[in-house]
Amino acid sequence: MKVKQLSIFLENKSGRLAALSRALAEQNINIRALSLADTADFGILRLIVDDPEKGYAFLKKEGFAVRLTDVLAVRVPDRPGGLAEILDAIHQRGLNVEYMYAFVEKAGDDALVIVRIDDPDNAIGILQEMGVGLLTGDEVYAL
Amino acid sequence: MVWNDIEKMDREQLNELQLRRLQETVRWVWDKVPPYRQRMEAEGIGPQDIKSLEDLALLPMTTKDDLRDNYPFGLFAVGPEEIVRVHASSGTTGKPTVVGYTQEDIQNWAEVMARTLVCGGATKNDVVQIAYGYGLFTGGLGVHYGAERLGATVIPTSAGHTRRQIMLMQDLKTTVLACTPSYALYLAETMGELGISSRDLSLRLGFLGAEPWSDAMRKQIEAALGIDAIDIYGLSEIMGPGVASECLAKDGLHVFEDHFIAEVVDPVTGKPVEDGLQGELVFTTITKKGLPMIRYRTRDITILNREPCSCGRTHARIRKVLGRTDDMLIIRGVNIFPSQIEEALLAMGHTEPHYVLVVDRERGLDELEVWVELTREAFIDEVRRIEELERQIKRGIEETLGIGVQVRLVEPKTIARSEGKAKRIIDRREIK
Repeated sequence: MKVKQLSIFLENKSGRLAALSRALAEQNINIRALSLADTADFGILRLIVDDPEKGYAFLKKEGFAVRLTDVLAVRVPDRPGGLAEILDAIHQRGLNVEYMYAFVEKAGDDALVIVRIDDPDNAIGILQEMGVGLLTGDEVYAL
Repeated sequence: MVWNDIEKMDREQLNELQLRRLQETVRWVWDKVPPYRQRMEAEGIGPQDIKSLEDLALLPMTTKDDLRDNYPFGLFAVGPEEIVRVHASSGTTGKPTVVGYTQEDIQNWAEVMARTLVCGGATKNDVVQIAYGYGLFTGGLGVHYGAERLGATVIPTSAGHTRRQIMLMQDLKTTVLACTPSYALYLAETMGELGISSRDLSLRLGFLGAEPWSDAMRKQIEAALGIDAIDIYGLSEIMGPGVASECLAKDGLHVFEDHFIAEVVDPVTGKPVEDGLQGELVFTTITKKGLPMIRYRTRDITILNREPCSCGRTHARIRKVLGRTDDMLIIRGVNIFPSQIEEALLAMGHTEPHYVLVVDRERGLDELEVWVELTREAFIDEVRRIEELERQIKRGIEETLGIGVQVRLVEPKTIARSEGKAKRIIDRREIK
């Protein structure tokens, strides 16, 4: 149930993000979702793409500091409190959410959120017990 | 192995030989080079005052400025009819420094360079790829003549064309590489990108010099290329490559003392320091005829060691050059050499030894910022862990230097690679 995310180290300087998006476009790699965490000096770009292995190999060849990170694609009921219930459950079981960001597109009636949890395998069990929907990698890449 | 038995000469005999040759050289410049004679006269000394090797300290020192002031041929001891070659060093400010060689000088140069190669373990069966620049720079032609004197097979690739260098190393089964250490590292990195490992090559030795480099960088080059990396030392004003070389003990560089006398002096006062203490390296040539040099200040910082070496050579050793007096940065009154930062970085891992030091002055205070490339392997997808890595590098450098620095991690391969001498310092203090 794990989804492969590309994580890329970027310096905070103008044009880096544009250069990277252009490079991916030229390889015909489609970005499905993204998030940028940044500090004064550097940023970490997180991307869900339609073909993560290809994207990883390409960015590695281009010399980027890139790695593949396991994340979960969680269906969150689209109502007040939907996200809180899920996060509470994860927190109560002693797991930590390192970061999360939302997909623009929805999965049916549910909102779709990408979550990085320090112990993804354990988290999958917890979420499935709760009846929370998870998307497989292939489902996410094909969205 | 030793190329010439004189390298194992009894110390007393060697001293006698040095004194005789020093006296001849002082007499030679007194007769042939007016600026030397004028300066000796100004000090009230003449050739007859050189009665022992200690009297060397009576002679005035020579600097790069003296060569510039007498540009181009003012310090030459012979006319153009005797000079068979000139080289010139790049002048970062204004005119270059021009050096000249007689036929005999060129022969001696080939001799000391052949000694260098044998000192580091090369034989006539080796295939030597020379990736030092050929031309006005002494590196390429200097190593070339020595390798031919040795009888090795020479591949004179000169610097640059990295992929072609690698192809030739593979196809021609190069066993010995001669280039700058930063270029050796760049070759290794390019090999990695091309999916070529040291096992695909026949390399066994590297003769690396022309810039200061650390022992940690040596280990990295040795691992990446599968070689013994030998530090060689030279400068065009004295000869070019072949002035001093490590043996396989890798514990200091033997100065070929029957041609060059080494002293170490306090860089500020110019007074000789005791053996074993750090200072500026000063050379006097004692066989050179075209451009003899009396007490030439190299600006290189080292330590002199006259203890006999396990390799059997008696010639004194200089410690691997730690830095240059003119590369030396003075930050808030503390002397800093780029090589110290390189050591600190390599000791910590996580980063490539590709770095730039940016010095700036903010509100009258010197600020040192170290830009370091983050490796793909060290990258972790968590902001706080990268910030922790930055802090760890900062602490490591601060412990080594004893002053506060800022560290900025930059993307892999964004710091310019050099095919010659690496540029490590951006000093913005002067332009403000």
